Amino acid sequence: MQDFDYAAPISTHEAVQLLADPGHKAVVLAGGTDILVLLRERRRRATLVVDVKKIAELNELAMTADGGLFLGAAVPCSRIYREAAITEKYAALVDATKIIGGWQIQSRATVGGNLCNASPAADSIPPLAIYDAVAEIAGPNGRRQMPVADFCSGVGKNVMARGDLLVAIILPPIEARSGAAFQRFIPRNEMDIAVASAASLVELDDQGIICKARIVLGAVATTAVRASHAEEALVGQPPSDELFAQAGALAERSARPIDDMRGTIEYRKHLCGVLTRRTLAIAVERAQSKTQ
Amino acid sequence: MSDISPISYSDKTFKVIGTRPVRHDGADKVTGRALYGADVQLPGALHGKVLRSPHAHARIKLIDTSIAEKIEGVYAVATGKDWPDLVDKIADLGEGAVHLKDLSENCLAVDKVLYKGHAIAAVAARDVHIAEAAIAAIRVDYELLPAVTSVLDAMKPGAPILHPGLKTETLGQPSQGPTNIDRHVHFETGDIAAGFAAADLILEREFETATVHQGYIEPQVSTALWNEDGQLKIWTSTQGSFTARHQTAELLQLPISKVTVTPCEIGGGFGGKIAVYLEPVAAILSRKSGRAVKMTMQRDEVFEGTGPTPASFIRVKLGATKDGKLTAGQAYLAYESGAFPGGVIGPGTMCIFSCVELPNAVVDGYDVCVNKPKTQAYRAPGATQAAFAFESTFNELAEQLQIDPIAIRRINGVKEGSRRVDGPVYPRIGYLECLEAAQNSSHWNSPLEGPNQGRGIAAGYWFNIGLKSSVSASVNPDGTVNLLEGSTDIGGTRTSIAMQLAETLGIPAADVLPKVVDTDSIGYTDVTGGSRTTFATGMAAHKVGLKLLEQLTARAAFLWDCDPAEVKVDGDLYRWRDQQLTFKQLAEKLPSAGDPVVGHASVSPEGPTNGFGVHIVDVEVDPDTAKVKILRYTAIQDAGKAIHPSYVEGQMQGGAVQGIGWALNEEYFYGDDHKMRNASLLDYRIPTCLDVPMIDTIIVEVPNPNHPFGVRGVGETPIVPPPGAIADAIFQATGVRATRLPISPPRLWKAMSQLAK
Repeated sequence: MQDFDYAAPISTHEAVQLLADPGHKAVVLAGGTDILVLLRERRRRATLVVDVKKIAELNELAMTADGGLFLGAAVPCSRIYREAAITEKYAALVDATKIIGGWQIQSRATVGGNLCNASPAADSIPPLAIYDAVAEIAGPNGRRQMPVADFCSGVGKNVMARGDLLVAIILPPIEARSGAAFQRFIPRNEMDIAVASAASLVELDDQGIICKARIVLGAVATTAVRASHAEEALVGQPPSDELFAQAGALAERSARPIDDMRGTIEYRKHLCGVLTRRTLAIAVERAQSKTQ
Repeated sequence: MSDISPISYSDKTFKVIGTRPVRHDGADKVTGRALYGADVQLPGALHGKVLRSPHAHARIKLIDTSIAEKIEGVYAVATGKDWPDLVDKIADLGEGAVHLKDLSENCLAVDKVLYKGHAIAAVAARDVHIAEAAIAAIRVDYELLPAVTSVLDAMKPGAPILHPGLKTETLGQPSQGPTNIDRHVHFETGDIAAGFAAADLILEREFETATVHQGYIEPQVSTALWNEDGQLKIWTSTQGSFTARHQTAELLQLPISKVTVTPCEIGGGFGGKIAVYLEPVAAILSRKSGRAVKMTMQRDEVFEGTGPTPASFIRVKLGATKDGKLTAGQAYLAYESGAFPGGVIGPGTMCIFSCVELPNAVVDGYDVCVNKPKTQAYRAPGATQAAFAFESTFNELAEQLQIDPIAIRRINGVKEGSRRVDGPVYPRIGYLECLEAAQNSSHWNSPLEGPNQGRGIAAGYWFNIGLKSSVSASVNPDGTVNLLEGSTDIGGTRTSIAMQLAETLGIPAADVLPKVVDTDSIGYTDVTGGSRTTFATGMAAHKVGLKLLEQLTARAAFLWDCDPAEVKVDGDLYRWRDQQLTFKQLAEKLPSAGDPVVGHASVSPEGPTNGFGVHIVDVEVDPDTAKVKILRYTAIQDAGKAIHPSYVEGQMQGGAVQGIGWALNEEYFYGDDHKMRNASLLDYRIPTCLDVPMIDTIIVEVPNPNHPFGVRGVGETPIVPPPGAIADAIFQATGVRATRLPISPPRLWKAMSQLAK
């Protein structure tokens, strides 16, 4: 491993100053499950590692006044799925946090880090995107918010500039008659990276007709990709297996995957259809169980 | 652990053998106190790192280490220039031989790099971070050469040539012209044309298997200390301390007595820890720096720099009468040997038809160099690929003839007196007994329980070799016996060997205290490999036990002042007239009964013996994603005599799991640039505990006539049947006959979609 300095600021302001220091190539350490590996394997360079786990704001996990969720950027996955209020409301996010790594990893790894790392196969990004989550970023020029869907700009790349720090991810409140689910496909049953993944959200009206749908696919493009045509096909329809299959077929067309050691282009597209269909079925079931 | 007793074909009864005592090394292992290679900490030791080739094939034009050498904290830099002049010489490693010049160039390249990951230079520094920085500061100029990483491409005319001087050896005769084929093996028996003419059905099928790695959990790790007096001491993770000593001494041109190898506790080997990688390099760095040097590989170095086992192309042609009797068989096998000659085509060709009587057969095998790491043994090296091809074709033949797969194997199965295609005639073996156990098993007789499920079956064969083993033993006055052995303990052999001495002496297994010692402290012992250790070192333990018995009888006679011939021994009781002493009582009296009771024994049993297995597997295939779930798995195997049934079951389970990985997901994935893309345990998909069910086991015991207790080696056979059995189960579930390993989800899904069209 390369030599680096270590700092553990206790305020967001202090962290931003450190990250903005032109004398350093600084990286952020939250759970460390990605950055430590990257540094050790010399795939990332850093002269300063800024540990953000001691910043109170980044460790906050709470329902907001309007019924949404404030998810501090340094909150580990295991805190999310242990919180009953969250598991009830944001089931797709919980689906994802339960399968990111094993128990030890889940106790360290953060959703914020998963987002910043910007892997096309990140498990938490499609669920955040279907909930229209917003990233709150602190920087040298103050704070700003942007949709999570626009946060990643490429493989391993995000929109943050020097000095920027992801403070939190804010999930808007969800409608009562909605349900969501996330699934990924991996060849094994553990210790694997998604070959393809899908998060689906549906909202039902009083008659049980789908009035809103969100489908976001993972691992099939440079960033998570929204399956808009599939969403459109769902709205105004009563849920049915045929409808989910039709949406799945449309979702395949939104995927722009590559061939690599994890899968082929045609297989990944096919998986988008399967996973869309399967997550829609679960999402509708979850929505219906709430409406009853 | 299974509570099912072995199915025994012997009327011998034993006191210790066949029981399940606590393993002697268990406490050390579960408390984390066992000393592995990484635990070796010598005062002032330096850390060594290796610079590896980023290219699959290139000529080395220049290696400039001058900047690296000047870095503060760097004590030594080594390159291929540090090898002494090595003559063309072959060293026999027990499980395979090695050409010493090739071995040296594999440890540190000289003129060319032959695969990505090929070691080029090494650095010893105060800490591993400085060593890494120094590695990065070494400049290498390459002249890139075209590469070839597929066995069939490497055999084509005009293929990039790895070794310009290489000739194909066919029946001992070298060929003309440049080639990547280093060896052509050919066997034939009977009249192949007449055999096929007599067949009612002929099937010819082609198979491919991917490069797979042994996947031992502990990476290679070695520490070397080259003393000022010229004595070289090495602590290492190896399957054979004497083999490591032999290779290191030859590579460094040292007298063998100048090298001492201490085998550390080993975290898996499976054939991959026989050839040396780090040992001689650490030694050179130690000589140059005057300090101890410790070197540890990272996982990517293990994948890219150490021996996987060959990818292969195999064609099988079988002919049979309509009642299922095989009339002829032909096989063509091309195996990758990797960057240097000397692969495992030999056993591949010997195993392909080893489970059936075949009156007319032709087998051709080719060992082919490609730009991948030099291949090494992996649990029944060469047999799994061959069995996948043969058993798959055989299963399809049975299906087309509408004959039950066990029935067709019983019709054609080998037994005592059957002649293998490559010549040897089998002595008493237990293949038909394994088939009978499969037929009677609860697994075979229970129905499948859902859609998209299938049941498959396949057999497998492996030798166990004899080679040389030595042990020493001495009786302690408290009634225990110290047992020193040269066999490194990979799979519980301390206990399986100790139990054979305990049985011979009639004492509890816990009273024999086994210890694996260094090469200065015991007679020559070959590698732990070839399923030989419980068999051969166990024979040595039995032999030393007889020597101790003779001395103990003499000491008892001395105490009773009688003729030793009049002393009767029954288990642990020594009797003369109305006098009697237990082993323990006699041991207590030994200090006043003359010479200490000490024995040495060595063995070199001739000729291999034979282990057969039959595996049954149920799978469920997701019709949407083609993901295969192993629902139920039963491994059946002839162990001759299971010394410690739990260990035998463990070997059967471990082999089956490795075979499942090989069948379903494991492969070296290469890009168009001939570089491995998945050199990590994340993307090289070994099964996790969530991917396999409990593997059920049925031990069959048809005693080996050439062992005092009837032991057959059991370690390797269980990896042989799984791919064939799983492919068969997948066919039953989906209708797809998979002919290419791994049967990964993208590949199986593609085949399933094509079948649906």
